[in-house]
Amino acid sequence: MDSTLALIALLDGVSYASLLFLVAVGLTLIFGVLGVLNVAHGSFYAIGAYMAVTLGRWLVANDWNPWLTFPALLIAAIATGVVLGGLMERFLLRRIYTKDPVLQLLITFAVFMILENMQRMVWGVQPYFMSTPLQLLGNISVLGINYTAYQVVFLPIMALLTLLGLRLFLRHTLAGARITAVTQDREAATAMGIDARAVYFTTFMIGACLAAMGGALAAPTTSVVPGMGAQMIVLSFAVAAAAGLGNIEGALVTALLIGIARSFAIYLFPEVEILVPYLIMVLVLLWRPMGLFGMPEARKI
Amino acid sequence: MSRNTTPLLSARGIKISFGGVIAADGIDLDIFPGEMLAIIGPNGAGKTTFLNVCTGYLKPQAGSVRMGGAELLGMAPRAITRLGVARAFQIPQLFVEHTVLENMLLSAAVRERAWNPFRNLHALPQRDEMMELLRLVDCADIAERSAHELPEGQRKLVDIAIALAQRPKLLLMDEPTSGVASSDKFGIMEILIDALRKAQVTSVFVEHDMEMVTRYASRVAVWSEGRIQMQGEPAHVMNDPEVIRTVIGG
Amino acid sequence: MKRLLVIALVVVLALLPVLSAGNVTFATTVYAKMLAVLGIFLLLQAGQVSFGHGMYFAAGAYTAAYMGQAMGGADILLLLLAVIAISGLSGLIVGLFVSRYRYIFFAMLNLAFSMAVFALLEKLFHLTGGTDGLRVPRPTLLGESFSRAQFDIVIYYFSFIMVVLGSLGIWLYLRSPLGQALKAVKVNETRLEYIGLSANRTILIAYVFSAVLAGIGGLAFGLQQGLAVPELTFWTRSGEFVFIAVLGGVGNVIGVFAGTVVFQAVRFVAAALLDDAWQLILGIVLIGIILVVPAGLIGLPARLMELGRAIRKRRFLAGREQE
Repeated sequence: MDSTLALIALLDGVSYASLLFLVAVGLTLIFGVLGVLNVAHGSFYAIGAYMAVTLGRWLVANDWNPWLTFPALLIAAIATGVVLGGLMERFLLRRIYTKDPVLQLLITFAVFMILENMQRMVWGVQPYFMSTPLQLLGNISVLGINYTAYQVVFLPIMALLTLLGLRLFLRHTLAGARITAVTQDREAATAMGIDARAVYFTTFMIGACLAAMGGALAAPTTSVVPGMGAQMIVLSFAVAAAAGLGNIEGALVTALLIGIARSFAIYLFPEVEILVPYLIMVLVLLWRPMGLFGMPEARKI
Repeated sequence: MSRNTTPLLSARGIKISFGGVIAADGIDLDIFPGEMLAIIGPNGAGKTTFLNVCTGYLKPQAGSVRMGGAELLGMAPRAITRLGVARAFQIPQLFVEHTVLENMLLSAAVRERAWNPFRNLHALPQRDEMMELLRLVDCADIAERSAHELPEGQRKLVDIAIALAQRPKLLLMDEPTSGVASSDKFGIMEILIDALRKAQVTSVFVEHDMEMVTRYASRVAVWSEGRIQMQGEPAHVMNDPEVIRTVIGG
Repeated sequence: MKRLLVIALVVVLALLPVLSAGNVTFATTVYAKMLAVLGIFLLLQAGQVSFGHGMYFAAGAYTAAYMGQAMGGADILLLLLAVIAISGLSGLIVGLFVSRYRYIFFAMLNLAFSMAVFALLEKLFHLTGGTDGLRVPRPTLLGESFSRAQFDIVIYYFSFIMVVLGSLGIWLYLRSPLGQALKAVKVNETRLEYIGLSANRTILIAYVFSAVLAGIGGLAFGLQQGLAVPELTFWTRSGEFVFIAVLGGVGNVIGVFAGTVVFQAVRFVAAALLDDAWQLILGIVLIGIILVVPAGLIGLPARLMELGRAIRKRRFLAGREQE
């Protein structure tokens, strides 16, 4: 592998990791606050992508200014996250917070089945493309290599902005402080008058928006096809679990690790590229069962 | 109490801290065969931590726990259990979806490695032995009841009976009568002491009730801020002015 | 009484090819899936669900394909031994890892493994035939070869015997100390460790059994369909197994049978009408079961009576208020 190829692989990896991070951070945020692993998160990702493509293509087809496809990505993501996330929390999750963890998992799995099916009913099985935002930003040269600015500049910036935004939100706003308080000690927070229900609702919607955002931003770089949701839930779980479930900053590190390793594998071992993210997750978990940044929690006896 | 006998279990230099809080700061303690050692001390002094270290639930940063030539530190709780150190808990740890007898039979099955997948748990030859043990802790009449519907006192006794079903050499008990109505405390302790004597088990128990200690312990060790402040005969220790000030509360 | 009913059921099913030859294929499919569901049912006893048992189902079918092609139609008993060995061994390897985890991790790690297997089966085209999969040649039984029609009966009895043995085995296993320890894992791992038993090991043993059961189910399925395809380890397939296990309820083995029959019957009827919305309906029903009848089909009569009582009571109270 020469250095040019290595650089391309690295850029591929960073761009892919940015998307992975967006989705995984939503998953991990929801888990950290609600204690629920949302299997339907993968569907939020996929539907976010379909919505973005649909909206973007409609704009282009009706001769709107092509730059409007950028806000369209955002609007598609937020609409998907707010509607689907809001409905799911309000009408389903709210009933099951006190239930067995297995039942919670099964419920989110059932929602995943439903959404995957609905998505197929609405958009069918043919692939969709909408590369307008990618083309608009053009190429830039990185150490002599031409690469799309959308992937090497825009996506990483969006990922970093999300991380910073989340940090600021959680640490320096009242709503964020409420979420942090509920995460650390729900009983104490409720005793202080914080409405845990509202916190769960908001958090779930934010998490869902992040997944949809990952999908919407991925849409211009790839063809949107059925099955992308199933793959993404496992990948984002790999990222979140390797970091330690609930760990936001850690998810950035493992997203980079998995994203870059995968893109190198595409060039070096294309046959087994698909195994690389799983392999990394398994190795990390064998070494540290609670993830790289997770803290073991001993039950008090 | 003769100090010439070799200790059953001896802990040396146990040190452990959790994020700056020191729970054991150089604990040295011997436990001798046949004794009933009480561990007393204020909350947070590290009494439960010591039991957790001896049974492999927690790993200390330094020290050693030896029993009959074997080093226990680094072993899993189950390995230590198999070496003959059983444990009863402050909050009884029962299989609440099983009956009391099934709880006992499971303990016996593991002890006997009765892993034939085609034999009914209830057909174990240890059934009579387990019923006898339940009789010993005065719980024979609740053998067929589900473990989750028992009152706290009986939960405590069943918890101890499950430990005794291991035929341990040493039984570590964490506040065997806490959570029990004070009118029942002595009754339960009488049953317990009688059972331990009959089973000939050396025992250690963490206790807050000083009257319990004076009445039942053969020796007392006083914990204070992760160290052993004093140990010896109950009559002697319980009258020590320093102990009275820090633990008993003057 | 209950035992008599079960025996009667077994006798009727044993005579099914004589009584109702038209339903033999349907019943074989039920048995094949039921074997995999029995595996899920076993893990559910410890409170764990696997979203990835399709991989062992696939392992059974692909073993039949490879061995059958290599040997020009192998003997069905030889295939059975090979499938037990292969699914047991892969269950052991994966199980050594996943048995260290519970709940979310257990479910998702199984899903991850099965997705990896799915991707490999699709991608390594020259070895696996890709999406089209591999043909499973018709096997012999003790050297005897069969026509297609005869083989339908052979595979019926093969799956039937496997289901009877599997159910009986699980029933005995769950009563034994190991099976009771499995139920104890769900309740209190700490106590289990402190009576000297490893909770991980207890789960691992059950996991290997569950993998073998799913493997045999996949073998029966592959033989009946004459095809091994990656779809067997797709997440929807694993989800189906979990769905049926929850539908039947964790109570007992009969529930697994009832769950699979009901599932497959509805699937059969819905195939023409609602095939596009199949997963959607499964999802909605699954949520309905969990929220309304957590005990599954086996708990349905009791739950209906309970609801009936509640309604009568409400009517009664309402009536009294009016007076």
